[in-house]
Amino acid sequence: MKKFMPLIILAILCLLPLAGLSSYIMHIVILVIMWSIIGMGWNLLGGYCGQVSFGHAAFFGMGAYAAGLIYYHLGISAWWGLLVSVPVLTLSSLVIGFICLRLRGAYFALSTLALGEVLRVTAANLVKFTHGDLGIMIKQRTWVDKTWYYYIVLILAAGSFWLIKTVTESKWGYYFVAIREDQDAANSLGINTTLYKTIALCLSGVLTGVAGAFYMNYMGYIDPTTVFPLYDISIVTVMVVMVGGVATFWGPALGALIMVFLAELIRSMPKIGAAHQTLFGILLILIIIFLPNGVAGDLRKLTRLFKRRRPA
Amino acid sequence: MTSLLQIRDVSKRFGGLTALMAISYSVEKGEILGLIGPNGAGKTTLFNVVNGFYPPSKGDVLFKGERISHLQPYQICRRGIGRTFQVVRPLQRMTAFDNVIASAFLRAKDKAAAEKVALEVLEFTGLLGDRNLVSKGLPLGKRKKLEIARALATQPEMLLLDESFAGLNPFEQNELIDIIRKVKARGITIMIIEHHMKVIMSLSDRVVVLNYGEKIAEGTPKEIANNPLVIEAYLGEADSA
Repeated sequence: MKKFMPLIILAILCLLPLAGLSSYIMHIVILVIMWSIIGMGWNLLGGYCGQVSFGHAAFFGMGAYAAGLIYYHLGISAWWGLLVSVPVLTLSSLVIGFICLRLRGAYFALSTLALGEVLRVTAANLVKFTHGDLGIMIKQRTWVDKTWYYYIVLILAAGSFWLIKTVTESKWGYYFVAIREDQDAANSLGINTTLYKTIALCLSGVLTGVAGAFYMNYMGYIDPTTVFPLYDISIVTVMVVMVGGVATFWGPALGALIMVFLAELIRSMPKIGAAHQTLFGILLILIIIFLPNGVAGDLRKLTRLFKRRRPA
Repeated sequence: MTSLLQIRDVSKRFGGLTALMAISYSVEKGEILGLIGPNGAGKTTLFNVVNGFYPPSKGDVLFKGERISHLQPYQICRRGIGRTFQVVRPLQRMTAFDNVIASAFLRAKDKAAAEKVALEVLEFTGLLGDRNLVSKGLPLGKRKKLEIARALATQPEMLLLDESFAGLNPFEQNELIDIIRKVKARGITIMIIEHHMKVIMSLSDRVVVLNYGEKIAEGTPKEIANNPLVIEAYLGEADSA
């Protein structure tokens, strides 16, 4: 049963558009699935390999701009961005890894934080190349209806899930976790830590970048502040995985579900809505204290909590 | 025939501190070499040089005739030197089994092969019953064994054991002595740092003594026990007490 869980969920998700959901709900569901891809990407690097990044907006934005720029400069469909973002992100991850992965722990996290900001400022100022703060707009979106966007992002998410599952259950997965737990010990056990950290970074960057390329096509408009922001992308990515469960298969998807719906809910509330970032901050603190392993990781703790309440 | 491991004139300086000064000795294939000395003598530093964590400031380390100083730890491990740490460093949030699988992947073709090696090594070290426990929760004696199991899973020709006996009760010590004898019987060469004289004297074929970063003696356990320089290093000069 447990083995078929991913397939059952996939089947249910495939049938979801038939339920005749409103365009708004479909939009939210698409965002949830997109965020699970980003979360899965972050989780591979931060959760399994232990290299916590506060700059995943850098990868997301590069993917989005890879799609946007081929449309803007070459006049070809931005959908090619889904493919183009793979080599672009692999190459840039190699460069980023070469610089940032020399650092450990908090220093690595800080360097990635800087990276996202550097790219945001760069994208805003290379006006001739990126159109600066005016952003890139796709003149005509491919579909008005959301169904096809939904299926495309679903395929991307299913592919990402399969990739993560395959990788983490292989030798690479063991090596990633070994590096997370003790880099020096891993090194003396014959693990080329630099190589495997770079592999984790590349995979993570590519997944996040592909999600970015999808975002360009789906939203039809990007500018530096929407795809490279520290808070709305980088921090939310960390939160999605923290809330869902670090280093778990379902954590990113669960976290995306909770975070996106919560964000919509809080934002739509009168008066409180403006303070949604504050509320998210408080939520994060509560999660870290009471569910340090996230919803997926501390599932047993949660169910126990509810079971205890029932007889009373 | 050349020795398995040759340490040639190795010095290691940290700024103004000379941790190792012109150390030279060899480890022969199949023997157990005990490395002893008072605290701060440079024993672990020497391990770190052999293992590749520190490049030597001067001198060379040769393994099977090949120069390995200035290689990375993972490259040295691949050439056949496994090590354990003085402060145990298991991969905490992994089970004992997963810990050993992770190191078995070094020479295993696939996961099935790695699991097979891991099971075999866990049985060898007496940890088979604890394989599904998260290593953070294991008692110290078992974590020390896990360190050895992990190093053995890389299928080394030589094993560096850094104070594997520290903090163990006499029963656990005897268990570990048996394990190390069995490791030797498999033809694996061992260099061991140890403070328990009983352990060193009963296990070692030869002993090297360090003091303040210098080698002050080398010989059989019996020779070492009667060496006046060694007695002085441990107990102080006879008339200064």
